[in-house]
Order: sequence, then C-alpha cells, then structure tokens
Amino acid sequence: MSSEALTSAEYIKHHLQNLTYGQLPAGYERHDVSGNVEALQQATWTIAHGAEEAKAMGFWALNLDTFIMSLLLGAVFMFMFHRVAKAASTGIPNGLQNFCEWALEFVDNSVRGSFSGKNNMVGPLALTVFFWIFSMNLMDLLPIDYVPLVMQALGVPYFKVVPSTDPNATFGMAIGVFLLVLYYSIKVKGLGGFAGELTLQPFGKWGMPVNLLLEGVNLIAKPISLALRLFGNMYAGEMIFILIALMGGSYLGLSATSATLFGSQILLSLGWAIFHILIITLQAFIFMTLTVVYLDMAHQEHH
Amino acid sequence: MNINATLLAQTIMFALFVWFCMKFVWTPIIAALEERKKQIADGLADAERAKHDLELAAKRAAEILREAKEKSADILAGGEKRASEIIEAAKDQARTEGDRIITGAKAEIDQEVFRAKEQLRTQVSAIALAGASKILGREIDAKAHNDLLDKLVAEI
Repeated sequence: MSSEALTSAEYIKHHLQNLTYGQLPAGYERHDVSGNVEALQQATWTIAHGAEEAKAMGFWALNLDTFIMSLLLGAVFMFMFHRVAKAASTGIPNGLQNFCEWALEFVDNSVRGSFSGKNNMVGPLALTVFFWIFSMNLMDLLPIDYVPLVMQALGVPYFKVVPSTDPNATFGMAIGVFLLVLYYSIKVKGLGGFAGELTLQPFGKWGMPVNLLLEGVNLIAKPISLALRLFGNMYAGEMIFILIALMGGSYLGLSATSATLFGSQILLSLGWAIFHILIITLQAFIFMTLTVVYLDMAHQEHH
Repeated sequence: MNINATLLAQTIMFALFVWFCMKFVWTPIIAALEERKKQIADGLADAERAKHDLELAAKRAAEILREAKEKSADILAGGEKRASEIIEAAKDQARTEGDRIITGAKAEIDQEVFRAKEQLRTQVSAIALAGASKILGREIDAKAHNDLLDKLVAEI
C-alpha cells in the first residue's frame, strides 16, 4: 500500500487512475487534498487529480502514462530489432540476432499459417502487434506499487505503468486493425463487392436489412472483441494484483495475522505473477493471430 | 479510464510503429534470412556435387588403374613375343651362317682335294715317267710320248 492514510477504495482508485493531461473548463470546481474548493477562473490545461476531473476534461485529453509507456516500450522493441536488422548478416548469428530471427520466423510462420493472401504488410504488422502488446503486458509483472511510489516521489500524482490496462491503448490498436480491414476489404473486393458482402448474405437480396444488421454486427465485433479481450484480461489481472497487495497491506499490528497476511501476499503475488506470464504472452499471441485472421478474411473474395 | 484523445494518439503511434517495423526491421531481417537460407542450400548442393564428383573420380581412378594393368600385361606379352622372335631370328641367322660356313668349308675342302689330286696327278706322272725311264734305262723322248703320258694322267 502506497500510503497508510489511504482507505482500500482510495488505494484501488489511485491505482486505476491514469495520468491525464487535459483542459478543465472555466468555472470547474477543483477539490484539493485538504478539501478546499477552488473554482477555475478560465479554462486551464492541467493534470487531472482524480477520475472526476479526468472526466470533466472531455475527449481532448491525453493519458500521459499510457502514451509515454507505450511509446517507450515500442521504441525499445523497435530499437532492439532495428539494431539487429542493421547488422543482419548471413553469418552465424549471435545471441540477440538469434533471438530476433527466431521471433521473426515464429511470427512469419504463424502469418503463413493463417494468412493465405499476398501482402508484405501483414508480417511486420503481426510482429509489431505481438511485441508491442507483449512488452506492454509485461509491465504488469513489475511490483504493483513501485512505479507509482517512485513517481509520487518525483511529484507525479498518478502513473499506470501497464498501457494495456487502458482501453485507449487497446482500442487504439484495434481501430488501427479495423481500418486496415476496411481498407483491404475495399481494395481487394471493390466498394461494390464489400457492400455486397455486407448486404447480400446470408439471406439473399430480399433479406437485405437483416443481412446488413448481421454482417454489420459481425464486422463491428472484430475490433471491439480485439480491444475488449486484451483490455479485460489485463485489467482483471491488474485488479487481482491490487487486491492481493491490498490484503497483504492490511497491517493489523505486530501479530500472527499480520504475518500470515504478509506471507500470503508474497505467495499469492508470486503465484499470480507466474500464471500471468502465460496470460500476457497468450493475449499478445491471440491479438496477433486474430489480426492476421481478420486481415485474411478481408483479403478473401468469398467466405 | 475514460476514452479520450489517447485513443487517436495510440492509433497513430501504432501505425508509425508498423511502418517503421516494415521498413527498417522486417525487410532487412527477412532478406538476411532468405540470403542465409540460400547460402545453406547452395552449400548443401555443393557438398552433394562434391560427393558425386568424388564418386566419379574414384570410378575413373579404378578405370585408369584397370587400363594400366591391361596395358602393362600387353606390354609384357609383347616383350615376351618379341624376345622369342629375336631368339628365333638369331637361331635362323646362326643356322644359315653355319650352313654358309659349312658350304664354304666344303668348297674349300673340295678345292683342296682337287688341288691335291692335281698335284698328286702331276707328281704321279713325273714319278711314272721317272719310273718308266728308269725301267727302260733310257731317256724317253718326252715330246714323243707326251700324248701317251697325258692319256695316262687323265686315267688316274
């Protein structure tokens, strides 16, 4: 637990709050820590203190922690692979090159397995999806209080270190995939072909409205399921880490109960973290595979 | 945890990462992998070819060896034949030479015999004349009796 003054609810809320930067409207009443109310004279760009303020900022706000962490992780991954790519030789590969080549071949094989069309974009897309999501998920294994504690010491009030527990990140990616699906559907089948696919099946041309409803849901379900599956899994995992930490943090004085709780936090965190290694890899893999499958469907004339 | 502009930022970031990955990561690494695959395949093909060449070379070596053996046997046989021919020729030559010598010697002997006979004949006629003159106690007119004497000599 980050602070002894926090209640359990506050602790959880604190952990689930993104570091949001946005504009508070004029006249907004800010509540500071000591309970004073201050009405803003004019619209102010600032960092949100709490969920209400973040909400009041509306759409045009940025979750700095999600943005910075995902940029950082993506950059690290790209830098690592790019270094290998620059030095890529046909000789005997050394450690890092070996790993990167193995990763690349693994992705390439799964793309070849589920993507029947010919598109040079799908391989790099799948690689990016897998490693970006994997590295974002991997942040879940950092001890849950450390990063927020360090950030608080640096004067940053909130910091969610796992970008994939922010629906903005998962939906952002899913929308990217969805746009690609739309683009390639239209490119491969033509606008008419794509429209036909949406309206002329499964019931023929007399069932057009029903067809459109069914196929529309089918189409929309793709990005939503992608985003929500990843978000849900990571969010739930994070939540369980929070709850385990909360249990261990219920310090009841120097007693056997406290010791038991503390011990069980260590054991449970360890167990859940080990199990989570599977989940984070699996979720990254599922996202990647589904992306490839959706793009494959977009490339197919009939299905 | 509400949806805000982060969504757009993440989508753009995603697109940029995919672009970067495609341009600077995927393409060069795949190219290197393909190149290495090709090299390995070439190496294996070379090895296979070398093995094949070795087999051919071994076969050729065996063939050459066999030919050499045959040739040497031929040469040996030829040499023997030639030797026996030379011997035969030498024998023939010796034989003819011997014959020639023998005939030469025979001719010489004949000549010698003839000469001796001639000599003997003349001596005999002289002896006969001397004997006859002695017996007759007087000189025979050699000229008068030459015909008779020649006849006598031819009879001997």
